[in-house]
Amino acid sequence: MNKKFLIPLGLFAALVVFLALGLTRDPREIPSPLVGKPAPEFRLPTLTSDKPFSPSDMKGKVWLFNVWATWCVACREEHPLLVEFSKQSRIPVVGLSYKEVQAQDQPNGPLNDADKLQLARERSLRFLQRQGDPYMLSVLDLNGSVGIDYGVYGVPETYLIDRQGVIRYKRVGPLTPQILQDTLLPLIQTLEAS
Amino acid sequence: MIPELGQFSLVLATVLSVVLGVLPLWGTLNRNTVWQSLARPTALLQFGLVLLSFVCLSLAFLGNDFSVKYVAEHSNRLLPKAYQFAAVWGGHEGSLLLWVLMLTGWTAAVAMFSQSLPLAMVARVLGVLGLVSVGFMAFILFTSNPFDRLFPIPADGRDLNPLLQDPGLVIHPPMLYMGYVGMSVAFAFAIAALISGRLDAAWARWSRPWTVIAWAFLTFGIGLGSWWAYYELGWGGWWFWDPVENASLMPWLVGTALIHSLMVTEKRGSFKAWTVLLAIAAFSLSLLGTFLVRSGVLTSVHAFATDPARGVFILCFLAVVVGASLTLFAWRAPAVTLGGSMGLISRESFLLLNSVLLVVATGAVLLGTLYPLVIDALNLGKLSVGPPYFNLVFAPLMVPLLFVLVPGTVAHWREARLNDMVFELRWVGLGALLLAIVLPFMFGKWSAGTALGVFLGMWVALGSLQHVVERIRKPGRIGGSFWGMHLAHFGLAVVVLGITGVKSYEVERDVRMSLGDTVTIAPYTFRLADMVDVNGPNYKATQAHVEVLKNDRLIEVLYPEKRRYFSSAMPMTEAAIDSGLLRDLYVSLGDPIAGDIPSWSMRVYYKPFVPWLWTGVLLMVFGGVLAALDRRYRRRSVSPLQTAGEALSSAS
Amino acid sequence: MKWMLLCWMLMAPWVRAADALPMAEDPQVEARLVVIAEELRCLVCQNESLASSNAELAEDLRREVRKLIRDNKSDTEIKTYLVERYGDFVLYRPQVKPLTWPLWFGPFFMLLLAIWGLWRYLRLRKNALAMQHASPTDSFDTAAHKD
Repeated sequence: MNKKFLIPLGLFAALVVFLALGLTRDPREIPSPLVGKPAPEFRLPTLTSDKPFSPSDMKGKVWLFNVWATWCVACREEHPLLVEFSKQSRIPVVGLSYKEVQAQDQPNGPLNDADKLQLARERSLRFLQRQGDPYMLSVLDLNGSVGIDYGVYGVPETYLIDRQGVIRYKRVGPLTPQILQDTLLPLIQTLEAS
Repeated sequence: MIPELGQFSLVLATVLSVVLGVLPLWGTLNRNTVWQSLARPTALLQFGLVLLSFVCLSLAFLGNDFSVKYVAEHSNRLLPKAYQFAAVWGGHEGSLLLWVLMLTGWTAAVAMFSQSLPLAMVARVLGVLGLVSVGFMAFILFTSNPFDRLFPIPADGRDLNPLLQDPGLVIHPPMLYMGYVGMSVAFAFAIAALISGRLDAAWARWSRPWTVIAWAFLTFGIGLGSWWAYYELGWGGWWFWDPVENASLMPWLVGTALIHSLMVTEKRGSFKAWTVLLAIAAFSLSLLGTFLVRSGVLTSVHAFATDPARGVFILCFLAVVVGASLTLFAWRAPAVTLGGSMGLISRESFLLLNSVLLVVATGAVLLGTLYPLVIDALNLGKLSVGPPYFNLVFAPLMVPLLFVLVPGTVAHWREARLNDMVFELRWVGLGALLLAIVLPFMFGKWSAGTALGVFLGMWVALGSLQHVVERIRKPGRIGGSFWGMHLAHFGLAVVVLGITGVKSYEVERDVRMSLGDTVTIAPYTFRLADMVDVNGPNYKATQAHVEVLKNDRLIEVLYPEKRRYFSSAMPMTEAAIDSGLLRDLYVSLGDPIAGDIPSWSMRVYYKPFVPWLWTGVLLMVFGGVLAALDRRYRRRSVSPLQTAGEALSSAS
Repeated sequence: MKWMLLCWMLMAPWVRAADALPMAEDPQVEARLVVIAEELRCLVCQNESLASSNAELAEDLRREVRKLIRDNKSDTEIKTYLVERYGDFVLYRPQVKPLTWPLWFGPFFMLLLAIWGLWRYLRLRKNALAMQHASPTDSFDTAAHKD
């Protein structure tokens, strides 16, 4: 058999292998380029205070940064888990309230900043009162700019940040007990030890 | 009752396809003509059963039978009847049934229109088609059954995706599938030829009309998809290099190469192995397309709702069908004879160049489409490959293709002289060059890209015209092949000119308008005359009345809408288009803007030469049909040479 | 009735409809935005460009890009800004780097390979046929005319 006639079969076999591998991947999942980089700086007011909070305030600690909103349905899935985690772990959880005020809250044109802040605070605090509050504090990112700096594209998202302020892990989508057990807790242990 | 009948019918059809796939082929191996003659009736019966199944599913939709899960997911009581029928292929399961309907349809057609073929050949071709059918029917019955029931029965269905509630949906997928599935016929002929060891000019002559018709359908399907995206999506784009669009383009490119390669095999007995490989490739790309759309490996607006199990099934099917074909190819092709001699410059070499350019273009599109998947599979990250890449890589390959098209049609078979061809084409070349230099100035600014596009389009158009005029002057009947070829080439030229024109001179204005405001794109002025509320059968809409004036004279009123379907939260934009011979005026209504005076965001487009895109595609389709219906493919009488040849080879 | 008509006629010049204003506040910034955004991917959509997507994140990102354009950042700087946050996925035109060399240079090499293969084939074929001395399977269609 003339070898060159086998080339099409060979190329096709390679293609099938890649397609098979492709079936095991999720094309919508985007890995973050921020893992291994310092957490981007910001200064934002919190739910309870106008005094701004910045990630550098957490230097020296290992902490979780969780992006959430009251309108986010998937966030409700992970919320009980977060509350449980915050009770059991020494690791503080800081929340990022992402774009709490939406278009449907402003049917007659955009609200002014003060009104937006008030609405966001009221609604979020009410939510946390009812569902439990896992957060040390929650900062308010009303227009999503800080979200963009952190590469947020779909709430909920969670970052694990180490003592030097470097992002070590990012999870897009709700946290699950599996992820907590298999990935997050071991990583936290390693980071705490350092 | 009816869904059960549909499912039962499909099961029977599957059994028949197993019979069709096994017995006639076996019959050719052991010379059993009784088994061979089972092929035709089995093929026809198989089609009848699938048709019955399809009718049952359609009745379930038209009768609002929401106990059938697929109906509940894709239809609704308020959905207009025409769309209730089209919804049959609005989702994964039903569209697969449509695919199988077409596959068995083509199989039945080959059974009916193959009277002049030797029985053994027919048995093999139908057998291969039967085997392919088994795979698809099994896929439906085991993983994607449209007849699955739903309990408890909902009072109303979820509704058809509003984007699909459009005449385009009714016709685009069926036409596209006719093309995809039609490539299976060329494939079956190729496999049959490889199995029998009989790869010759006769085989090429039999394959060619089937391939050309399939190509015509595919051209039509792709064109429709493009047109539909253009008027439905609301921002005037018509090609996005989306993976699913690419999945339809690749079999088309290879199909085009195949048609031209078949020409050489039929005329000179050359390129047999290459032609067979192209036939396998064309259908393989159709199957690959099916995999890409339904497996979830790529993100696309076109992708059906997916399920990993389905992806695995299709991949296995793809691996088996294509793997077996290419193995058969590797085994049998080396024994194939060379055919007639050909010079370095000859029609054959031009057609081979055509094949090469089209296949490289296909390779480039395949590379771009699958690269993100390969990188991700190797765990090297996630990247995107989009229009900037494809445009940069595809256009330069089309330039030489369009250029050699014209000399290719005038070159002599076997041996051609370059000087003679240059002399023959001197006016065509000069004419195209002149128009390329002058025309861009008439429409706006001149640029090298525009000039190149105009040159290539005019080169092909004038080349065809000159050839036709010369031929008409000579005596003798002109066959459908000749008219078909030139019509198709001319259509291609029109498409090229259309693309050049719209990309060079289109204008977009994104404005805010209140009642009475105007926006001008010379010489047209658009005036927002009124804004009303409209009630549709299953939606509510805001409708703008936009007056279009040319040089201050009213020529048209356009009614763009923003619709809110009851079943969906997303508002839908219905653009309004005024089509002319040379241009489209396109208006798209945006969102209302908060303020004291009511105003809305509007997008107004001036799109010159866009109608030429659709016209050119239609010309190509008609060209293909004319070529396929050429009388020489339909003659029932068989020449003595042919009968002798067949007698010899059936003894082998 | 007549005096009403007169009033309207007198008011007419002041009630002239206006030439519509562009949606964008700054057409120049907007023009640059469209060019850049067409090469960027909307992250939450199923394969749409940042320019044409109506998703909320897309609007936020367009707002950021406008800000960067007003700050006189170059196209490269803007793309780098987004890649730093979202990775290569956000670019529709992949960067040319070792990871993408096969992608960018592949088609060109395929073409070279194909042309070389074509040349070799035509040459080899000529020799093989010369050795055969005959073309055994000429077409059944004896009228080998140029159509």
